[in-house]
Amino acid sequence: MWDNINVYFDILHKLLPAGWMTIKILVTSALLTYLIAFIAGLGRVSQFSIIRTLTMIYVELFRGTSLLVQMFWIFFALPAFGVEFSAFWAGVLALSLNYGAYASEVVRGSILAIPKTQTEASIALNMTRWQRLKLVILPQAFRIMLPGLGNNSIELLKGTSLVSLITLGDLTYRGLIIQNTNLSYTVPVFILLLILYFIIALPLIILVRRLEASASKGVAKV
Amino acid sequence: MTKNPVQNQPLVKYEKVSKKFDDLEVLKGLDLDINQGERVALIGPSGSGKTTIIRMLMTLEEPTSGIIKVDGTPLWHKEVNGKLAPADENHLRKIRGDIGMVFQQFNLFPHMTILRNVTEAQVHVKGIPKDEAEKRAITMLEKVGLGEKVDAYPLQLSGGQQQRVAIARAVVMQPKIMLFDEVTSALDPELVGEVLEVIKEIAKESDMAMILVTHEMDFARDVADRIVFLHGGLIEEQGSPKEILENPQSSRLQSFLKRFLSTT
Ligand SMILES: Nc1ncnc2c1ncn2[C@@H]1O[C@H](COP(=O)(O)OP(=O)(O)OP(=O)(O)O)[C@@H](O)[C@H]1O
Ligand SMILES: [Mg+2]
Repeated sequence: MWDNINVYFDILHKLLPAGWMTIKILVTSALLTYLIAFIAGLGRVSQFSIIRTLTMIYVELFRGTSLLVQMFWIFFALPAFGVEFSAFWAGVLALSLNYGAYASEVVRGSILAIPKTQTEASIALNMTRWQRLKLVILPQAFRIMLPGLGNNSIELLKGTSLVSLITLGDLTYRGLIIQNTNLSYTVPVFILLLILYFIIALPLIILVRRLEASASKGVAKV
Repeated sequence: MTKNPVQNQPLVKYEKVSKKFDDLEVLKGLDLDINQGERVALIGPSGSGKTTIIRMLMTLEEPTSGIIKVDGTPLWHKEVNGKLAPADENHLRKIRGDIGMVFQQFNLFPHMTILRNVTEAQVHVKGIPKDEAEKRAITMLEKVGLGEKVDAYPLQLSGGQQQRVAIARAVVMQPKIMLFDEVTSALDPELVGEVLEVIKEIAKESDMAMILVTHEMDFARDVADRIVFLHGGLIEEQGSPKEILENPQSSRLQSFLKRFLSTT
């Protein structure tokens, strides 16, 4: 299997630009995912029932249907209604809407995890609704949600491989092409794909471990 | 806060206030006046509605019926075309600034230092400049004996220390009335004294009105102008500490005090 190390270098050389594409998709979708997660997560605990209902419909809709179908919809079906996206943005949008729905549950859960007595203490100091959220609830909820959001980004990385099915040249897409053109490369290609995905995930994994450790230490230290 | 209180008008007035939790009728048409600067101790058996009375004034619990007035203005209602409509958050906020509360479980903000706990609302709610607010916070923390702890976090302090911070945090906002809900009952016995001393000190130095829910009868005797004994959702008996503690009239109060004194 290791007889021809040059084969590995050759494939690696071809895969690296695609790895860069995967990272670009990951970072863009992660930013958008967290933005959506915050808006939807706060929407779920809004004082207005219309906002609560609308965000709940969004969350359940995107959690309840498959990511791949959502991606196909945005890339293949929406143009029929006059809305067109490049493969990159169709992929990023589908990933962000889907993972944003999951991550919004993390945001919502961590807000609800803050004891009601914290809200009562801030009411007793006559804070406005917004001040209660900004000064008291969110800073505490933030610590709780970080590990969850970190895990979410690792899941997101794995999800990015689906963009290969809408013709976007990411790691998986490039790997499949190399493997198709030379079937004897099958094993080296998939070994390298595993390693490359893991290398991209590694910083996230370490980050999540750290966040979990600091979250479990409680809130005594900032 | 803008208008002058009418002479002799009570600061707080409960008028026929009832409170139900589902089928449980906790208060049954309570009438209670608190005068400017008056200190009133609320005593009564567990479940008699003491906490509910002050939580309604702090706007944490809405009365089922009746009116609570602060400086003559209905708290939970606002007048629209001469009729009383349910109050909105804006209305509540206007009146809430006159009221402060200390909770049984302290409820400090665990992610803030002690100093920030006592500074944050001054800056954001009252608009006091930060350095001025910190000066006032430090003066207040020194008064409750925690001048050296300004940089600590709440969970690094003992319960008694945390409760003194909570008192400083509420008092520094200069409310017209302070509400204390059994502020020593979550504490180890040896920490009770330091907290009660701090409250007595503040009572002596300021002219704030206070409602103190307590089971500490000696403390009530020292601090209160009036003791109110609650039973079954109504005031059973009230009077000066001397009258209530030394010469109770109703048999319920007599047996409450007896039971009480025998358990402590
Ligand atoms: N949010 C709530 N939902 C349902 N029941 C409640 C609620 N808050 C209080 N109660 C009930 O109302 C009654 C009065 O409660 P309250 O806390 O006012 O009594 P208390 O006089 O302060 O008693 P204690 O001395 O035990 O603190 C109790 O039976 C309590 O279980
Ligand atoms: Mg109580």
